[in-house]
Amino acid sequence: MTARRSASPQDPLVRALVQAQLARPSRRAVLAGAGALGLTAVLAACGTKGSGGGVKLTPAQDLSASKKELSWANWTLYLDVSDDGKTYPSLEEFTRRTGITVNYSEDIDGNDTYYGKVQEQLSRGQSIGRDIITLTDWMAGRIIRQGWVQELDHTRMPHVDANMLENLKNVDFDPGRKHSVTWQTGYAGICWNKAKYPKGLRTVSDLWAPDLKGRVTALDEMRDTMGLLMLDQGTDISSPDWGDEQFENALETLNQQVQSGQIRKVQGNAYKEDLISGDALAGIVWSGDITQLNFEHDNQWEFVIPEAGGTLWSDNLMVPMASQQLSNCEKLMDFYYEPEIAAQVAAYVNYICPVKGAQQAMEKIDPELVNNPLIFPTEADLEKAYVFRALTPGEESDYTDKFQTAIGA
Amino acid sequence: MSAPAKEARAVEKVDLRSPEEIRAEKKKGRMGAWLILPGMLYMALFFAAPVVVLLSMSLFVKPEGAELGEFVPGWNFGTYAEVWNRYWPVLLRSFVFALIATVAALIIAFPMAYLVAVRLRGKPLLKGILLVLLIAPFFSSFILRTQAWKQILADEGWIVQTLKAVAILPADGSLTATPFAVICGLTYNFLPFMMLPIYASLERLDTRLLEASGDLYASPAQTFMKVTLPQSMPGVFAGTLLTFIPAAGDYVNAAILGNNRDTSMIGQVIDSRFFKVIDYPGAAALSFILMVCILILVLIYIRRFGTKDLF
Repeated sequence: MTARRSASPQDPLVRALVQAQLARPSRRAVLAGAGALGLTAVLAACGTKGSGGGVKLTPAQDLSASKKELSWANWTLYLDVSDDGKTYPSLEEFTRRTGITVNYSEDIDGNDTYYGKVQEQLSRGQSIGRDIITLTDWMAGRIIRQGWVQELDHTRMPHVDANMLENLKNVDFDPGRKHSVTWQTGYAGICWNKAKYPKGLRTVSDLWAPDLKGRVTALDEMRDTMGLLMLDQGTDISSPDWGDEQFENALETLNQQVQSGQIRKVQGNAYKEDLISGDALAGIVWSGDITQLNFEHDNQWEFVIPEAGGTLWSDNLMVPMASQQLSNCEKLMDFYYEPEIAAQVAAYVNYICPVKGAQQAMEKIDPELVNNPLIFPTEADLEKAYVFRALTPGEESDYTDKFQTAIGA
Repeated sequence: MSAPAKEARAVEKVDLRSPEEIRAEKKKGRMGAWLILPGMLYMALFFAAPVVVLLSMSLFVKPEGAELGEFVPGWNFGTYAEVWNRYWPVLLRSFVFALIATVAALIIAFPMAYLVAVRLRGKPLLKGILLVLLIAPFFSSFILRTQAWKQILADEGWIVQTLKAVAILPADGSLTATPFAVICGLTYNFLPFMMLPIYASLERLDTRLLEASGDLYASPAQTFMKVTLPQSMPGVFAGTLLTFIPAAGDYVNAAILGNNRDTSMIGQVIDSRFFKVIDYPGAAALSFILMVCILILVLIYIRRFGTKDLF
């Protein structure tokens, strides 16, 4: 790694460091005042600089032609695996076709924690040892906004351009998909236990029924829980027209339902255990989880997108500035937009497949899944699915703060 | 002793030693310095340096129109007032939960430690087995064990069903997502830290003292209060500190077994400020406040109950 880096005179690390030192004499002076212990180094290492610092990062030199490899950081259970759980058939196929070996790691377990881990290196254009990272819309938006990822060359990704679902092509956090390619997508909506709550649900407000008191779970992902509440109150969360007022109104509802004990818990992936144990009978949940839970636990739950609408989120592939494998990465992204390959992945991960034509290709793999609306969405469902609009940095920190306070942290 | 007298004695002492002895002493002193060097370096690198970073980070300023997570060095003491005003109730709750858990752990651990250390002295096999059983939970993951509690205390588990049947819990009551569950989790997870030090000090208890106490017509209760308990104090003291301090800063139990209303602990808030809100100065200030509060509480405790055997 080091050898490779020093071999490249255009290395972003060196450049960024030099520029950073030149650009910030005042900070250095302050720090010199702060004194001993090599504080400069220590402080520099603890992560405080956003793009506002004035250092504009540029992509590392692309060594794809000579180094046929790439490293991909993804979430767990997010790629087709062989029955013995040891190999990834679609990746093997990719290697066979292109000669590029892929070092695949499931090291992302949350947007916030992963950001906390890598933001310092990303912000300096230093290598994090990964050529592709996979992050959810809003986090992808934050990283693109800060200029920490490379621009992709769409002429080298014909399948992506041809097969990406229309409503994913133009997203406000990355117009024209210049920096990101959708990996998988899913809905946040509502679900209930069919046997224990036969009444079922149609809207988010149905969750506040007295007979569900203390048995409702909600997601600690702000944009999903707040998005559903805002949609329920008639706000179009995709449009740029809403602001603090609409957010505050929805927040008040959340606050009330948490304080009254109607919502048992606002939580991350742990909600699945509450559904299994029966502590939660209904709640705001992710579609892919319910597909998997139903598969493992005898179809106990039903998932719907609320009448007023649900959120559509995606995870996105991006290439950090320090990666020297850009065109290898583009090859991989393009590969996964071939309908047959996309169907192969979808048959395993059970989230919404972002690739047109994969539905037909699924016939050959698993005919039962062809008409599963949680993998291949219907037009009607897509019309009810909204993408939470991009927030300004100010809104992002203000809203996150308020949401965290409402959920007791 | 007056000052000159002391001096005289010191001089006298020096006079008594041969030059070889003095050299040996000095060498021993230098040797000591070398021995503690690795420890000091370790602490400097992994404790002192982070504390300095934490302190300076807590004073950083957010510039106007900053990108998320962008802060510049400064002297913003206001952060401390802000997070204190906002989070003192959570801090207080953390200490109350930790205190209750510590007392509960003491009540549970003492009889266990007594049984193994004193009553089973003649039966090494049984004693060994029990000790292993007591330490066994350490062999599996902390998070997994806490998750298991969630299943045990689930609404449809037999514990809640039984409690409802005998009307201890109301019909719509539950145990998970309550302060009760969080305190139970804390007590359980830190029990070995209480148990082992008490066991270690009771192990050394001279049972002849108990016999002597009985011979002097002390009742079993009196014997316990006047002989056994004072002898075990160093263990109790160490155990309470080892339980209380990590329990106060714990966030796993509250995150897994708690709710969003009345169980949040300070560790959760620090985690959320750092990773979610990306408020590094706020998180640093809270960590620092937590550290200082624990330090003050522990100092008061040592002053009040500290035993000479320990320090």
